[in-house]
Amino acid sequence: MQHSTGGGAASQASRAPSTFKKDYYGGALMVIVGLAAAYAGYGYRVGELAHMGPGFFPVALGLLLAFIGLLMVISARGQQPAPEAAVSHGHPSGLPDLRGCVCIVLGILSFLLLGEYGGLLPATFAIVFISALGDRDNTLREALLLALAMMVIAVVVFWWALSLQLPLFQWGG
Amino acid sequence: MIGQSLHDLWFGFGVAFQGSNLLWSFFGVLVGNLIGVLPGMGALQAISILLPLTYVMHPVPAILMLAGIFYGSQYGGAIGAILMNMPSHPPHAVTCLDGYPMTKQGKGGVALGVTMISSFFAASVGIVVMIFASPLLVQIAFKFGPTEIFSIMMLGLLAGSTMSRGSALKGVAMTVFGLLCGVVGTDVNSGSFRFAFDLPELSDGLELVAISMGLFGVADFLLNVNRMKSIGDTGTLKLSDMRPSREELKRAFPAMIRGTIVGTIFGAMPGTGPTITTFIAYALERKVSKTPAAFGTGMIEGVAGPEASAHSKTQVDFIPTMSLGIPGDAVMALILGALLIQGIQPGPQLITEHPDIFWGLIASFWIGNVILVVLNVPLIGVWVKLLKVPYKYLFPAAMFFIAVGVFSTQNSLFQIWEVLVFGIIGALLMSLEFSVAPILLGFVLGPMVEENFRRALLLSRGDMSVFVTRPISGTFIGLCVLLLIGVGYSAWRGSRRKSQLLPDAPEGAPPAEAVTLGK
Repeated sequence: MQHSTGGGAASQASRAPSTFKKDYYGGALMVIVGLAAAYAGYGYRVGELAHMGPGFFPVALGLLLAFIGLLMVISARGQQPAPEAAVSHGHPSGLPDLRGCVCIVLGILSFLLLGEYGGLLPATFAIVFISALGDRDNTLREALLLALAMMVIAVVVFWWALSLQLPLFQWGG
Repeated sequence: MIGQSLHDLWFGFGVAFQGSNLLWSFFGVLVGNLIGVLPGMGALQAISILLPLTYVMHPVPAILMLAGIFYGSQYGGAIGAILMNMPSHPPHAVTCLDGYPMTKQGKGGVALGVTMISSFFAASVGIVVMIFASPLLVQIAFKFGPTEIFSIMMLGLLAGSTMSRGSALKGVAMTVFGLLCGVVGTDVNSGSFRFAFDLPELSDGLELVAISMGLFGVADFLLNVNRMKSIGDTGTLKLSDMRPSREELKRAFPAMIRGTIVGTIFGAMPGTGPTITTFIAYALERKVSKTPAAFGTGMIEGVAGPEASAHSKTQVDFIPTMSLGIPGDAVMALILGALLIQGIQPGPQLITEHPDIFWGLIASFWIGNVILVVLNVPLIGVWVKLLKVPYKYLFPAAMFFIAVGVFSTQNSLFQIWEVLVFGIIGALLMSLEFSVAPILLGFVLGPMVEENFRRALLLSRGDMSVFVTRPISGTFIGLCVLLLIGVGYSAWRGSRRKSQLLPDAPEGAPPAEAVTLGK
């Protein structure tokens, strides 16, 4: 990271073939989403220009999105993409880490489940503990301590100070 | 009229100096600064996290706090860029180029000091522009009907999506996707549910906080987990290190003024993001410099110019947001959303109907910027320490704050499902190299665009030409066309330079505009 931009641009250029595909599939995704939205919008009443129904705007947007997607696909086929600044929010491109992602998603799901059936404290513990385990550098003990610290914050800040409408413990929703 | 403005400003200072308002403004600046320093966290995340808190607050302190978060986090971003070479906030990517080399030469303190001076100066200029330009703009804005509002919104959306980072086509695609997200829920005109998937919870539409937390919080974590370690070590920094020498000030001052001018001009244009503004300011500094080759090795001008432009733009950005109801970028869209949640419709009538908010906000800008300077002098050492918090502790804690924060918006767990879904959507889109910020812009403006579009065509009995024939509206549509031609042309030239074949993009561009206008 000595020459952040110079190095970044160079590595980006060497990754050009993968960017090439990304635009192609991104465009295809937009076509699918757009057509699906337009199809769903068509199910509501479309109406006419002077008296538009609820379906008019979604159909128009869906078709527009599909059209843009099509343009993306076409231009991705024809040209090498410019090595543009890939510092979108500063994260590296490529496939994300599987274990981390699974743990984050599981953490949110467990918060949902325990928030419904267990209360704030179990839910807090679950989301922090499970997502902390997603990081390969965290030991079990570190994750445990972090989760306990967050439980203290949950009680003091959210339950006591902000009186969050979620009981600390509850059994079975 | 200027006398009236000054009188109102005096009133505004009275509002901003009220104890509780001052306290919230201070709190906002502090928290914004704190979050802005963290990697990957910018104004968007900071405002998203604290937005639920404003629901229970009175509108005036709420908006003062959000504004405080906004410029606090912006300054925090500069700290990360200069000390760590970490553009935690895209506009500061340019500050890294010369700011970090200065740190390596042991002049990081000076860079921070110059940043502080230029941001304060630029913000002050921005505030003055805001005081005098807003009432003028409002007088024009009162002539706006649904037709004009639709056209200027089109311009804002188009500018916001084509001028942000990356490919213009992708930006537009994301804006349209955001507009579609805004459609979800009950149609105000007919009462029928749209895209609700038979879920009664969706009848009020998607939750703004949930979307932004998903797109900017969870999606970021999904992509960064196990990729980011601890942020690094910079050693210690003393207060006396921050004072620039006379010679350095002499070099920084003209750059500061140029940056301020760039920021002011771009701030007045809706949709030009802060990133492009700082990049242009940097390019300008290089162009006027006698030693352009020395840039990138720790030139003080390369720090002062872009930072000044970012801060004057921040202030001037509030003009279209508050007086026309058209946010310039995603952060402004969030602030606009916060106002709407409070039941306040930003627009030309805002200044007359809620003078306490408008003038209080302007006055609080000044106070907030003073707070920012005062805070950062002693806290600089703390920021340096904070940057050493490892990512592995940071993100699980943030996950908890997101979950609880989103729950508290409506006391319902359903919103957290939305966070999860949008987190996954955001991660998918970002890994396909889409920039997700325009989604938020489209989402906030979507209902207003649809409403004004339908109303305009109802009034004209379905005659589409009304958008072109009415003079103000026609001007905006003309600007849209010019913008599209410009973007198409530069894309065409770019693709010609890369490969000689298949100039598809320019031929595609005019139909895109035809669809935009003619749908």
